[in-house]
Amino acid sequence: MTTASTPVAGRKQRQPTKLRRSVKRNLTAYGFLCGALICFAFFSWYPMVWEVILSFQQTNFVDPAVWVGFENFRTVFNDPVFAPAWINTAMFTLLALLCGYAIPFVIAIVLNELRHARAYLRFIVYLPVMLPPAVGVLLFQWFYDPDYGLFNQILGIFSLPGLQWLNSTSTALISLVIVSTWSNLGSGTLIYLAALQTIPSELYEAAELDGAGLFKRIRHVTIPQTKLILLVMLMLQIVATMQVFIEPYLLTGGGPEDATVSVVYLMYQYAFNFGNLNAGNALGLMLMIVLMVFSAIYLRLSRDNTV
Amino acid sequence: MSNITITPGRSAGTPPTPAGKHQRGRTPRRPRKPMTSQFRTAVSPHQLNTTRGRIIYWIVLVVVVVSFTAAFVFPLYWMITGAMKSSEELNAIPPTFLPEHLSFDGYLEAWDLLGLGTLLGNTVLYAGGAWLLTLAIDVTAAYALSKLRPVLGKVVLALMLATLMIPPMVIMLPAYLTVKDLPIFGWNLLNTPWAIWLPAAANGFNIFLLKRFFDSIPKELLEAAEIDGASPVRILWSVVMPISRPILGVVSILTVVNVWRDFVWPLLVLPDSEKMSISIGIASLSSQMPQNVLIASLVIASIPTIVVFFIFQRSIMAGLTAGSLKG
Repeated sequence: MTTASTPVAGRKQRQPTKLRRSVKRNLTAYGFLCGALICFAFFSWYPMVWEVILSFQQTNFVDPAVWVGFENFRTVFNDPVFAPAWINTAMFTLLALLCGYAIPFVIAIVLNELRHARAYLRFIVYLPVMLPPAVGVLLFQWFYDPDYGLFNQILGIFSLPGLQWLNSTSTALISLVIVSTWSNLGSGTLIYLAALQTIPSELYEAAELDGAGLFKRIRHVTIPQTKLILLVMLMLQIVATMQVFIEPYLLTGGGPEDATVSVVYLMYQYAFNFGNLNAGNALGLMLMIVLMVFSAIYLRLSRDNTV
Repeated sequence: MSNITITPGRSAGTPPTPAGKHQRGRTPRRPRKPMTSQFRTAVSPHQLNTTRGRIIYWIVLVVVVVSFTAAFVFPLYWMITGAMKSSEELNAIPPTFLPEHLSFDGYLEAWDLLGLGTLLGNTVLYAGGAWLLTLAIDVTAAYALSKLRPVLGKVVLALMLATLMIPPMVIMLPAYLTVKDLPIFGWNLLNTPWAIWLPAAANGFNIFLLKRFFDSIPKELLEAAEIDGASPVRILWSVVMPISRPILGVVSILTVVNVWRDFVWPLLVLPDSEKMSISIGIASLSSQMPQNVLIASLVIASIPTIVVFFIFQRSIMAGLTAGSLKG
């Protein structure tokens, strides 16, 4: 800087100048960061820590909180709805994976082969994803109506008996899976499509020269080349679907006979309907631990992806 | 392999051009315009150009287009026309494919009965404010972490990215309590726009996307500006922001669309019916509305997102693949 008029003077002055510059740079940096630090501290980091603390406390927000150990966990564990909630969530996740994981990959492979109407098909596949989730769910509520709904009308055209859809314990959960799949199919499809387009053409040509047929080329070129993204999407989808809430909240209210109660829905009920916020937190913590296992695998996989 | 035509940069579905037809007349060895493709895919282009390959291709194409239209466009058509039908017509068996008369009464009624004007206005306020605040906070933070590299910057970044591992649903109860009684300040942010804006800015994914983009800006560019005497704020505003337009577009769209689509968080923090966002407003009134009015309100609620999708398709799809492909 200005002090460095001669080489000797420059050497003497460098240390304090460098320090000053470094202090200034750090102050500027933290000045820039303070907004984000405040937002993250209040709305991400603090709630995360509080989630754990509240799970082991009993509070009514008037008297001081009392530490109760695992009492809250015992409360939710002894709830007769506890087991159904986890089973339903697991079933929902499994069914949503069967539909929502394999189908987008097949669609992406087919779309990748087509040379016409590509932009149109890509657009309409993603259209339901753009609708607000509440709109998609309420739309399907109308379609599911046993008397006047679109689905039973279509079944009627083929002279098939109508279903009870949301009103029957046997079809309620699968009805929720259908809504969720319809609304989320598009994002998986487009991600796979982008991945398919990065596969080098030489691999297909080489496979063809070696005499591999279409299905062999898909098995030995397409799938290995997209293995990583397939795994990453698997983890993301498990984490996303295990948090299912809006479908049971809007469509069934957990019914009929607890056939569609999900873990997050039960957690919501504990906090806002049963007035036991701490038990809801304990349930949330259990779900957090389960989901963090999948998140950790996802982060591990996506880090391998960049290296 | 001789008849593959690679046309980089052009859409794969280019219709036959007059030039192509002309060529067809001149070269009798190539009786048809070959299937063109940007990418070599699993199906062999050689097989695709045989007669059998073409027949199969066209059958598959027609099946895909028809079934996709039925699955993804028909429900929307049913929704838009359903809102034009009267209650009696809606309950008719068999249903009418076209509404008996073109009437927009359902839409007008929905607008008045549900107060959609207020709900839409609220949602615009939430999405717009979240957009501005997110840009202001996340861009400066990512710039500081990427270019100014302060002490403990790596720790801060790690803590911000760690929030991506925590599913938002599981911390919704403590987050709700935080908004209800903000620690230190003791403010109650329920039913205020801040309850939406501030948590929206605490987005690890935005920080990640922005920082990765800023990392790719050459250091020399910023040093040149620094030598010219530009302050960090000036460098961010006049050098970094203009060249970061693509990523700013992606972050903007993601933020606005997320706020617009969000359901659970506004359900918790905006219980007042005057302050609700459109999704919550419609959902909370859905059971009291006649069917056609409810459907009309669904159409009105989805128009803004679909218009945004029409206009910003590229940014939206870029944002979708940005995180998962190069994570």
